[in-house]
Amino acid sequence: MFGRKRKLDDFTSEIEAHIQIEIERLREQGLSEDDARAAARRSFGNVMHAEERFYESGRWLWWDHFRHDIRYALRVLRKSAGFTAIAVLTIALGIGATTAIYSVVDATLLHPLPYPQPEQLVSIEDDLPGVGAQDVGMSEPEWQDLQRSGIFEYVSPTWFDENNITGSSQPARVRLLIVAPNYFALLSVKPQLGRSFNPEDHTPGLLQEVLISDGLWKRAFGGDPHILDRNVRLDTDLYQVGGVTPEGFDAPGRTAEERNIEVWAATSFYGGPMSDHPRRSGRNLPTAIARLKPGLTIAAAQSRVDALVASLQKQYPVDYPLQSVWTVRLVPLKERVVGNVRQSLILLFGAVGLVLLIGCVNVANLLLARASARGREMAVRQALGAARKRLMSQLLTESLLLSLIGGVFGIAILLCTKAFLLRFVPANLPRLNDISISWSVLLFALIASRIAGAIFGLAPALHAGRVDLTHALKEATRGSTGSGQQTRTRRALVVTEFALSLVLMIAAGLLLRSFWDLLNVQLGFNPQSVMTVRTRLPYPNNPKTDIYRTPAQEAPFFREILRRARTLPGVEEAALGDTASIPLDQSLRDLKLISEGQFLFVLEGHDICSDQPAVVERSSVSPKYFDLLGIPLLRGRLFNELDTDNTAQVAVINEAFARLYWPGQDSLGQRFKSTRAESPWITVVGIIPNARTESLAQASVPQVYLDVYQTGAKRLTILLRGHLDTAATAELVREQVQSVDPTLPVSDTQTLSETVSASLSERRFSMEMVALFALTALLLAGLGIYGVISYMVSERTHEIGIRVALGAQKRNMQRIVVREGLALALAGAAVGFVCALVVSHLMAGMLYGVRPTDPLTFAGVAFLLIGVALLACYIPARRATRVDPLVALRHE
Amino acid sequence: MSTQDTKERLELLQGTLDMLILRTLIFGSQHGQGIARAIQETSEKELLVEHGALYPALQRLEERGWISAKWGVSSNNRKARFYALTAAGRKQLVKETNKWQRLTGAIARILGPQRAKS
Repeated sequence: MFGRKRKLDDFTSEIEAHIQIEIERLREQGLSEDDARAAARRSFGNVMHAEERFYESGRWLWWDHFRHDIRYALRVLRKSAGFTAIAVLTIALGIGATTAIYSVVDATLLHPLPYPQPEQLVSIEDDLPGVGAQDVGMSEPEWQDLQRSGIFEYVSPTWFDENNITGSSQPARVRLLIVAPNYFALLSVKPQLGRSFNPEDHTPGLLQEVLISDGLWKRAFGGDPHILDRNVRLDTDLYQVGGVTPEGFDAPGRTAEERNIEVWAATSFYGGPMSDHPRRSGRNLPTAIARLKPGLTIAAAQSRVDALVASLQKQYPVDYPLQSVWTVRLVPLKERVVGNVRQSLILLFGAVGLVLLIGCVNVANLLLARASARGREMAVRQALGAARKRLMSQLLTESLLLSLIGGVFGIAILLCTKAFLLRFVPANLPRLNDISISWSVLLFALIASRIAGAIFGLAPALHAGRVDLTHALKEATRGSTGSGQQTRTRRALVVTEFALSLVLMIAAGLLLRSFWDLLNVQLGFNPQSVMTVRTRLPYPNNPKTDIYRTPAQEAPFFREILRRARTLPGVEEAALGDTASIPLDQSLRDLKLISEGQFLFVLEGHDICSDQPAVVERSSVSPKYFDLLGIPLLRGRLFNELDTDNTAQVAVINEAFARLYWPGQDSLGQRFKSTRAESPWITVVGIIPNARTESLAQASVPQVYLDVYQTGAKRLTILLRGHLDTAATAELVREQVQSVDPTLPVSDTQTLSETVSASLSERRFSMEMVALFALTALLLAGLGIYGVISYMVSERTHEIGIRVALGAQKRNMQRIVVREGLALALAGAAVGFVCALVVSHLMAGMLYGVRPTDPLTFAGVAFLLIGVALLACYIPARRATRVDPLVALRHE
Repeated sequence: MSTQDTKERLELLQGTLDMLILRTLIFGSQHGQGIARAIQETSEKELLVEHGALYPALQRLEERGWISAKWGVSSNNRKARFYALTAAGRKQLVKETNKWQRLTGAIARILGPQRAKS
């Protein structure tokens, strides 16, 4: 017993000595031995009392109490195993679910990016708000300006692309990132093998060395330790493997594709195959990342960048027309990586937190019910002299122990089901591999369960402190112990529970309706029995070696592929397109956007200099594309065999495009062209209705379709319609493609229905999770109201008995009971409505087609909730009607 | 009745026991029984000190560092725990004594005229 200054023994012997000295003194005064002893004891007073006071002054008293309380609590919990099991299970589910979501939040939102000094890393985004263009990329001269500005340690453009790698068993598609030579120095990442690029290298063209990812090294090269001596062919060009990036290294990108890079190539973005003298207005570097100089905050850097932008605009007025309002934004790099999942994650975390709270309220209710059953025990113990404070601390210990056991079980469940749960997480979630049950997650679970314990333990403990002894002891003999106060608290808890569940149910209802509406939206195209397979033509650095350099050179390949595809078993129709032509495939659309930039164009008849170029979605397709997808022609004509490299470029546009750019005019025959140098005029020849090929949620996105025989396309999609066995057909397509050109990879086989469904995967995940939590909440709320009402019935058995004996109708009794429960449910629903209005407005951005105040959802959820309440009350109400007055009265 | 009144001992006021113990120890270290005896005797048996009540007070003073204790041998060769005043305890005693004198002075001034009247 460290900490207590003296042992009790020591104290006792001091008292003993005191009494002996007193006896001796009295004996000296002439008293007899017995008289002296008696007198000494008398003048000392109560020895036991002194010892007790000594004991209580010990500092470790609370520890003794705590140990007692724990022992007592364990005994009590073991004795009422049923109650304990239910409470522990409720808490375990709540803590387990909350911790699961927290582990995702922890990995994505809370943890800094896994690079040294991550707070200094930014993403540089160029906007042209004057023409409504965002993140338009930068040009090489601008990159050099930023590099030399003194604001950044390093700036590296990043250019995401695909490439064909040949040399291993099969030609394969790899994800390539073209970066500046300072890229790895910028991120402060060292390769596990070999070396990274020299950050000072500024030679023209692409560097001869590339870095490959750990994954590619192991998959394509079998983890060959001599990889550094090997050459790889990327798009037919020869490169040397300079290094292998560390295992688990992910590039900081916005999409899963951009993060999961397999090959890094470095260049200073000038010199063949790029332009020798890149122009300032040629925004061909899609994205850029940078590391700020040490000690510089993002805000300070931003104001210096703003100043730089202003001076550049003055210096080059031709390249930066004032109307386009060129701005450069510095965004924390982390924001770029995790920014678009934040809202969903916060919603999920909120939802799961509510479930935990409802679980707590339920356990509090159970505890209160048990507290009234134990009211007599408490009263007797108080009557025998137990301090209220001690009784309360005992009850709190019980609750905390319960929550702790629940928490431990919750984590155990989580650990056991971790692999299973991770399968539900959408694959495009950033930092998916960093999700783990780390110490901080465990700490969170511990704190969450402690707080939960405090929440649900407080009400019963406070009640124990307020027991009216005489009342409780008297009442106890009548088998009914709930004080009015306690009943009020329990009702308040049920009302809270209902309010919280209503909020969750409405959130889930709104998400469900959004999802349902999206599923049933008129697509405008027919995804049934369509599959897509991708291939890609190489882009050699030397254009002279490029056998697919011009559309005219590509056309024979296109024709041959289509001819062969149409002969495959089951194929009814085949068409070709570029990556953007696959409806609803967001990652590929981004890829096209990143590698080719946005399609900025000007309309004929408008002054090119003063008029601002517009931005539009465009894809290149072969003539049969529209037939294959079931997109009808409204006016004009579709592409045909006569549209070739030699004829004027033509376009098919959708109604949204026509209405936006030629309002009130006939758009057929109008011309527009890309703002890129030497672009030909493009004539509108056909108009098709709007289809939701860009996004399910947006009905009318302006779109342009060009003829693939006129524009050419390197990233090709082969679309097939028919009754097809997807896997077998993909293999046949590979054979056919590779028999035409054995260096081409064939990948990404998907049915179009899968693509459509995948475009909803994030929404589906949020909706399923919130719906799951809402159902749990509903179940808990139902149990809660059932508990309170059935307790009320048992408490009033006596009263009901008397009423029945006096001739009350059974139906009346039933009504009284149900009315009681209904009042609670309605009160809860009313409170919940107000909270739900706030919450639904916060999540307005995640909704589609429904307003945050959607009356149907609100009313539907309210009815559902009240229905559950009625059901939960009906069972105890029936019990009330079965009360036998004789038994009830004898109960007394 | 008046004779009995004088014989009835005064109960200690709350908080004064600490001061009396410190005061008693000013003459040198002493064991518990000695302290109790000394308080009774110097107060000419006016004060009632229940010996048992002394010990929690001693415990308290020791924890605060105002007195220190060690086992020793009493004058009649008995093992006893001896308490001695520490420097901090000496300071505390001065403080308590001042406070007490101001308190009793003030109370005496209030009670004084009334006594004169009766």
